[in-house]
Amino acid sequence: MSLLQIEGLGIDFGGLRAVNDVSFSLKPGEIVSVIGPNGAGKTTLFNMISGVYAPARGRVLLDGEDVTRMPPHLLARRGLSRTFQNLQIFQSMTVLENAVAGHHLHERGPVLADLFALPASRRRSRESEAGARALLERVGLGRAASQEAGSLSYGALKRLEIARALALKPRVLLLDEPAAGCNAVETEEIDHLIAAVAAEGVSILLVEHDMKMVMRISNHIVVLDHGEKIAEGEPAAISRDPRVIEAYLGAQATEATHADG
Amino acid sequence: MRLSGKATTLLVLMAVIAVAPVFFPSSYYYRVGSLIFVNGLAVTGLVILIGYAGQISLGHAGFAGIGAYACALAPVHLGLHPALAAVLGAALSALIAFLVGRPILRLKGYYLAVASLGFGILVSMVLSNEAWLTGGPDGMAVEEMGLRAALKAIGIDLSNTQFWYAFSGLVLVIGAWLALNLHHSPTGRALRALHGSEVAARTVGVDVARYKLVAFVVSAVYASASGSLLALQNKFITPDVAGFMHSIEMVTMAVLGGAGSVLGAILGAAILTTLPQVLTVFQEYEQLMLGLVMMLVMIFMREGLLPSLARLVRGRGE
Repeated sequence: MSLLQIEGLGIDFGGLRAVNDVSFSLKPGEIVSVIGPNGAGKTTLFNMISGVYAPARGRVLLDGEDVTRMPPHLLARRGLSRTFQNLQIFQSMTVLENAVAGHHLHERGPVLADLFALPASRRRSRESEAGARALLERVGLGRAASQEAGSLSYGALKRLEIARALALKPRVLLLDEPAAGCNAVETEEIDHLIAAVAAEGVSILLVEHDMKMVMRISNHIVVLDHGEKIAEGEPAAISRDPRVIEAYLGAQATEATHADG
Repeated sequence: MRLSGKATTLLVLMAVIAVAPVFFPSSYYYRVGSLIFVNGLAVTGLVILIGYAGQISLGHAGFAGIGAYACALAPVHLGLHPALAAVLGAALSALIAFLVGRPILRLKGYYLAVASLGFGILVSMVLSNEAWLTGGPDGMAVEEMGLRAALKAIGIDLSNTQFWYAFSGLVLVIGAWLALNLHHSPTGRALRALHGSEVAARTVGVDVARYKLVAFVVSAVYASASGSLLALQNKFITPDVAGFMHSIEMVTMAVLGGAGSVLGAILGAAILTTLPQVLTVFQEYEQLMLGLVMMLVMIFMREGLLPSLARLVRGRGE
């Protein structure tokens, strides 16, 4: 049975049909990528699934439960977590504190206990800090723990967002361009990280422009163009699909040629 | 051993409070000191609201008014001990903050600033107009708390100004300790997270509306306690304590010293409490001066005095 099921999801901005009638599903441990040209509606789709936007049409089912239009903090409690294309880091906090903040659902407790620093409150903080340190090690930011988050490079911040999202111990993880701004080595590290997380049974929904990475790690690919799903299938089939090549891969191949030239 | 930020802040604060009297030329300075602590307490509450949670209130003096008039009214009408009256005022402030904040904080944006502004003006109007109860603009007397007499009975004989210096200082240290505890706690992290990025805070599970409300209620209790403390030491109270200018004064103190830092905000309170006492010019043109201070801080040191200085010092050290 699928863990995350998207049924006929759609939203309009003004008169524009930003996303229309998109359906697909994720099984536990599966990596599904959403690809498509800029403006195809990938991030909008993410925002609807993660509760940031309220879809006008369709349903989102998480483990069989209808979670359409549920606010993000309640989705988080049900094990859905995400990262952002345009970074959403807690800038005034340290790297470690950002990762600790990801443990919110595990560490939250009575406000009075926190005000008086009661032993229970301090124990919760210690536990989430230990968890956060382990996660920072996992994404390769162990040494940067005490730095201010704002001082990290773009690629490092992307990994910090992943660590923060993993702190929820999610069942479904939405990654919006995790490798953007990363060099080849960093991209490969993120690649391994995503595969390892999926191997633990976490379903991963990925938006990524690095086609090599998408083809390498996806079990399944959904192609969007002008807000509609134009193709869906395994990587090998998608890379041969003429509509996809025309809408997206072709355009990128042309871009790549220009860049090389 | 390297001291944590929390321990350093508390040690600095306690050391300054304990040592400062050595340099006081006259007992008048105890009075200035205790006023600083009273304002410092309210401003520490604003550190939680503004510095941690990133929310602005322009009506916190309203809560100070509730705390102050609770101490004036409850002993007379309910027969409560003044200290218990302060607790009652704090509870009432928390309840009102909850009722005002709950619908407002579900909305995004700066609605809290506007709603709290209205609330503050409402409180000060009620205190001025209901003269049968509050004495109106002339104010009313406040009963003696009686703690100084109790101390005298066990052999600790302090003058009135000395006693209030020590007592307000103690309350401020406790207030600072609580605020610092909060900073490093799960609740404090949730507040600072939603300040940094609301959408990201939501996605890690923070119920943003609820935590903003927590910050508003806690800071209202601080303001209420500050008002109570002022009423008890002045033994007289007027509606000015709840006035709009007092709300603006509090925010300016927090922003001048550094709303993100407890010690910075208390420093801001110290500066803006002392200036009118030593410079009559400042007293005459207080509104103008507050506006000027606010503008200069916003232009030249957005983080406030103490964090900006700390950054400067660290920058030189490297």
